[in-house]
Amino acid sequence: MTAVPLGMPAFPRAAESAVGDPVLRGNLRHATHTIRAKRARAVAELDDWARLRAAGAAVKDRTLRHLGHYLEQLEASVTAAGGQVHWAADAAEANRIVTGLVRATGEREVVKVKSMATQEIGLNEALTAAGITAYETDLAELIVQLGDDRPSHILVPAIHRNRGEIRDIFLRTMARWGRPAPDGLTDDPAQLAEAARLHLREKFLRAKVAVSGANFMVAETGTLVVVESEGNGRMCLTLPETLISVVGLEKVVPTWRDLEVFLQLLPRSSTAERMNPYTSMWTGTTAGDGPGAFHLVLLDNGRTDALADQVGRQALRCIRCSACLNVCPVYERAGGHAYGSAYPGPIGAILTPQLRGTATALDASLPYASSLCGACYEVCPVAIDIPEVLVHLRERVVQGGAVTRQGARVTIRPAKGHAAERAAMRAARWAFQHPRALRAAERLASRTRAAHPSRLPSPGPAGAWSRGRDLPAVPAEPFRDWWQRTRGGRQEGTR
Amino acid sequence: MRVALFITCVNDALHPDTGRAVVRLLERLGVRVEFPAAQTCCGQMQYNTGYRHESEPLLRRFAEVFAGYDAVVAPSGSCAAMVRDAYPRIGARAAAEGRGGRLAELAASVAPKVFELSEFLVDVLGVVDVGAYFPHTVAYHPTCHGLRLLGLGDRPLRLLRAVRGLTLVELPGAEECCGFGGTFSVKNPAVSVAMGRDKVAGARASGAEVLCAADNSCLTHIGATASRLGGGPRMLHLAEILARTEADGPALAAPARPSRTEGGVQ
Ligand code: SF4
Repeated sequence: MTAVPLGMPAFPRAAESAVGDPVLRGNLRHATHTIRAKRARAVAELDDWARLRAAGAAVKDRTLRHLGHYLEQLEASVTAAGGQVHWAADAAEANRIVTGLVRATGEREVVKVKSMATQEIGLNEALTAAGITAYETDLAELIVQLGDDRPSHILVPAIHRNRGEIRDIFLRTMARWGRPAPDGLTDDPAQLAEAARLHLREKFLRAKVAVSGANFMVAETGTLVVVESEGNGRMCLTLPETLISVVGLEKVVPTWRDLEVFLQLLPRSSTAERMNPYTSMWTGTTAGDGPGAFHLVLLDNGRTDALADQVGRQALRCIRCSACLNVCPVYERAGGHAYGSAYPGPIGAILTPQLRGTATALDASLPYASSLCGACYEVCPVAIDIPEVLVHLRERVVQGGAVTRQGARVTIRPAKGHAAERAAMRAARWAFQHPRALRAAERLASRTRAAHPSRLPSPGPAGAWSRGRDLPAVPAEPFRDWWQRTRGGRQEGTR
Repeated sequence: MRVALFITCVNDALHPDTGRAVVRLLERLGVRVEFPAAQTCCGQMQYNTGYRHESEPLLRRFAEVFAGYDAVVAPSGSCAAMVRDAYPRIGARAAAEGRGGRLAELAASVAPKVFELSEFLVDVLGVVDVGAYFPHTVAYHPTCHGLRLLGLGDRPLRLLRAVRGLTLVELPGAEECCGFGGTFSVKNPAVSVAMGRDKVAGARASGAEVLCAADNSCLTHIGATASRLGGGPRMLHLAEILARTEADGPALAAPARPSRTEGGVQ
């Protein structure tokens, strides 16, 4: 991570370029506003939403408290059903395991079901380095892959692209990856979908190995669940001979019945549908039906460290619905790339600094990528108090303190670049503890008000403020002076 | 009932008119309001920026200054939310860390008696018609902390609807954040300004002469953005509308708005 100047760390910079891109902003605004309105309608249909939400949070919390127990139960169930379980402590280990499993099949290509976990660990890049080509089969992931781009949304990775851009990408690069785009392709959605379908069908029918994630894993039965809209996932999960699923530890739920709650919470929150079109569930292997070999790679990669944090651990409840992204005013303007991680938006701002730590300028800037407006908390189907975790992580950035890293309790130092801010906060606190000093400062500001500029193009907070806004005018008389002047005789409670 | 006014540091230093309006309004409604001069700031800026330890002495001070009162009225949704929502968290964290054991008690003692102005009027005094007169079109911006942390609901709107002469118009994108967010506005200036500009565009599109809110920090941000863009509706705190009566006549003095309503926003 490159060093960035004081007071202007990575997120604000990256966001600035997105804010200045009118096409990107238009695409994001249109997409997020459409889906947020639909979500609100879908949620309003259920009169027990608040209770479902509380139930979802409670199931996840209970599971997280006994995570070791449920993971062991899951391992036993998966193994009994004919699957094989692999434990991966970090991204490198997970990539090594998956690469080894693919190599063992003798294959040089895999089809992929859209998966956040494999993005998090950079699996596609690791496979490429090992001479294995990974084909994304989710439409939006395909657009991102063909466009040599990065995903910018959890649910709709190509949210930042409009139809015209997608057509251009298809025409330009589809041929390089397989079946070319049909001649005369327009930006009509049906035509675009058909082009993708033909391109992908070739891959589904040829592939011997598939890699997926999972939305849920049921401990009692060893069942994995993927919910999706397009059916590409089901093709990958059923046609190939070998299935490798890379799943974060936190995706486990204790019982089959728990799915009842989450299969209501997830589709309404993410795609604003009552039920998602495809729900695929698989349990180990069955002769003559589906893949003959099934591998589950259980991914830690910072999760048990996050679990050790009593405030931050609630981020592990996340079911990746992306509702928080769609209502976030910061995400809407900054776009997903500015977050520099597989997890953008409000959940990314609290999850990434927990999984990766706050050592880099980017990761230390993520907890500040929010105005704390609270819209994310309001929509989160598992009631993650994102603003609370943001403030908690800000504290970690500026104060340092005890955290868990790779299972060990360590004390981290405050992130660099906050010395001036810390001094200012202390000075303000001191003034607020000394009302006379505060009053003197207010009077000074009032007396010199005629000389105050409305802009201050210098560095520092006033300069940052006045880049797009005027500095507020200072009144002739602060309130406390007015009170003293007009009702000085009857003030009680003075100290 | 002993009622204290918590004016908030921003109002004290930058918006004394709001404080004067609150005093005038409450006195008109028969409330003898006191202003403990030892009050300063709730510590929200420190807490929200990650300096929880710096906010602790301010919590302590706040609780002590307002200890003898039955109710504390604040013309700021976000400062009221700081006391009601964050103080108990700060107290609990300090207790968990084995420091400042009394902070939790102090937070518990003061949090329930702090009211944002519209809550105090509607819930405590039980009035909706405060006898105000304001013959102008007004759009209301429900600030994030008032909306989501305090759950003010339609209280401010009910108060505004009861004002004689006032025409309430809808604000497009009302529930979206204005982009202020305390230090967010200087830490992420590009995004903050973009949000502010959209809010100004909404305020202009509403056709209102006045944009009203229960929090001057948000209004300062929106007003400062509008001013840089060449103007927009006038920003007025809820208290300043509710305080006016027929005797004051039409409120907006001749150059009511800083400038025209036309002009590109983007
Ligand atoms: S944090 Fe909540 S709203 Fe955001 S993606 Fe996760 S579950 Fe959905």
